[in-house]
Amino acid sequence: MVHLFQNNGFYIALDANSGTVHDLDEVAYDIIGLYESTPKDEIIKLILAKYNDRDDVTAAEIEDVLTDIEALKKEGRLFSEDRFQAVAEKLSQRPPVIKALCLHVAHDCNLSCGYCFAGKGEYHGDRDLMSFATGKRALDFLIEHSGDRHNLEVDFFGGEPLMNFAVVKALTAYARSIEKQHHKNFRFTLTTNGVLIDDEVIDFCNREMSNVVLSIDGRKEVNDRFRKTRNGKGSYDLILPKFKRLIEARGHKDYYLRGTYTRYNTDFVRDILHLADLGFTELSMEPVIAGKGDPYALSGEDLPVLLEQYDLLGKEMNRRRKEGRPFTFYHYMIDLTHGPCIVKRVAGCGVGSEYMAVTPAGELYPCHQFVGEERFRLGNVFTGIENGKLRQEFKACNVYAHKECDACFARFFCSGGCVANAYHATGSLHGVYDYGCILHKKRLENAIMLKVAEARDRREKADPCE
Amino acid sequence: KRISTLEARLSKEGGCGECQTSCQSQCEQC
Repeated sequence: MVHLFQNNGFYIALDANSGTVHDLDEVAYDIIGLYESTPKDEIIKLILAKYNDRDDVTAAEIEDVLTDIEALKKEGRLFSEDRFQAVAEKLSQRPPVIKALCLHVAHDCNLSCGYCFAGKGEYHGDRDLMSFATGKRALDFLIEHSGDRHNLEVDFFGGEPLMNFAVVKALTAYARSIEKQHHKNFRFTLTTNGVLIDDEVIDFCNREMSNVVLSIDGRKEVNDRFRKTRNGKGSYDLILPKFKRLIEARGHKDYYLRGTYTRYNTDFVRDILHLADLGFTELSMEPVIAGKGDPYALSGEDLPVLLEQYDLLGKEMNRRRKEGRPFTFYHYMIDLTHGPCIVKRVAGCGVGSEYMAVTPAGELYPCHQFVGEERFRLGNVFTGIENGKLRQEFKACNVYAHKECDACFARFFCSGGCVANAYHATGSLHGVYDYGCILHKKRLENAIMLKVAEARDRREKADPCE
Repeated sequence: KRISTLEARLSKEGGCGECQTSCQSQCEQC
């Protein structure tokens, strides 16, 4: 399967089953587009007719391109076959291990964000904070179920985890005290709204957190529309200086500013650039998770604008890179020379099988987006996994479980998409969230375009005559 | 050139699983 697309003046082919990317001129682009469906003589005729005003497009030249295509096909870099189905079959035979937990240390929040999927931090239940005893049991549970995995991950999440900072610190210290004896390495992350960041939090995060996710939506008026304190006041002026201090103390690395965009700011690239202009370089901006009736929900009508925005972002990132002031956008990070192994690409995120969320009471759910939905309760850290059948169902969620993905060029880059989004959109764990797919494919095209632009710059620098 | 292929490498059985989880909403542990 070959995906041909144009972006920012580039003509690009992605060979979906090998991951190879080809930077083309428009003639090769047209020839590849015809290659599988049209006889060779007919291709030559059609291309000569289309480019009859071009001296450089001759029958011999077209034959050369066809020869190149044939060679790339033989090398498995164009029109290559899918040979990874067996990987999916082996996945189900893997011994069940858990390697990551999302600890909901607080089902409470000091902000009252209008769009919060967690219902203002409480996950549609009662306000609650995780006790040290429950958190300690969760860490022991993780070690007990981690098999021979060395690296274990723990996300401090909420609600607002810093509302339970004493427990966060105590759990981190406990994990550090036992990791060596169990031959494990804990990797901690924290997602925070920033309200409670102070010098102690900064020191702690920079010592213990491999990454911090800092929530802010961009421009002041955009952020303050939804991200309000419990008293109804916007949070921008409160959190921005704290984020700046934290990031400076971290050496401007290992963090993400993460925003949410809604139908009220479909011009979300302006929010990304606002944050970039403030000096932040690690950025992410995500579409809101909303019910159909929510006034801020994105709809099909918004799609053309959103797709245009992602293209605009790609163009702007390329421009700033050339000017020597690059920034990173979470979804445009792609590694074409290595990247994750095919097993990880097929398996996806491990939701519900390798990765679980733990509520303040110790209840286990497949991930933070399923918390509070009783049908998805997997068990409890004190009593163990009680719903093995559900866990098996999640284990079977890989890219080959989604029939809609069979013909999609992006499948080895998205692993079949977010299972929680698919479930909430279609009612099936093996469904496909079409809206998310459309956005993801557009992001992937831009990520690839940026790589092509970089590669072309390198080639032109090495050989200015090219 | 009409076709410039970017240097690109899309594989042990079942994977080692030491990598970080990845949430849509190569790592140093590979």
